[in-house]
Amino acid sequence: MSSTIDTIKQQISENSILLYMKGTPQFPQCGFSAQTVQAVMACGERFAFVNILENPDIRTELKTFANWPTFPQLWVNGELVGGADIVIEMYQNGELEPLLKEAAAANATEEGDS
Amino acid sequence: MNVQQHIENKLKVLAPRLIDVENESHRHHVPPNSETHFKVTVVSSAFEGLLPVKRHQRVYSVLDEELAGPVHALALHLYTPAEWERRGGDIPASPDCRGGTRS
Repeated sequence: MSSTIDTIKQQISENSILLYMKGTPQFPQCGFSAQTVQAVMACGERFAFVNILENPDIRTELKTFANWPTFPQLWVNGELVGGADIVIEMYQNGELEPLLKEAAAANATEEGDS
Repeated sequence: MNVQQHIENKLKVLAPRLIDVENESHRHHVPPNSETHFKVTVVSSAFEGLLPVKRHQRVYSVLDEELAGPVHALALHLYTPAEWERRGGDIPASPDCRGGTRS
């Protein structure tokens, strides 16, 4: 049986764009998660998400693992980009879309190679 | 001392040019007069050369006790003095509550 940390590491390494959030993209259950998922969706790339309200172990462990005490958390290419404040500011600055496009493109190439 | 004052006092370690701590708990599904949801704006040259994630982590480390305890949501807007000037002193608004649960 794998530990929660192993699960988190696996999720982060297997999904080039990954959002840990409260609720789902269709039914976000927190204003910060809602705004963040909206910004991510507006960039038009496929992304994975984990509803931390349904995964209490991940919710607890990820805070320590990431050194980040709140949700949402956006991870791109295995690195924490930030929470709502950062993601929304990057979206408004026009920095989010190229970051996500690049991550999606790199991922597509990798899949094609394998 | 209330949580808001605690946050303000602790953040002085960053030698801020500006601290603004706003209790936004009344906008969320918590009892009246709660101190659970805060928006914090800090302008400090301590953020010079730090990417946004690192700036946030710096503040989280200062407020680790509060975040492990009473504080449920902490919106952070962290600027260097130059960035703050470019913004013209504008503090971003927080989103509306969507329900959710208290951790």
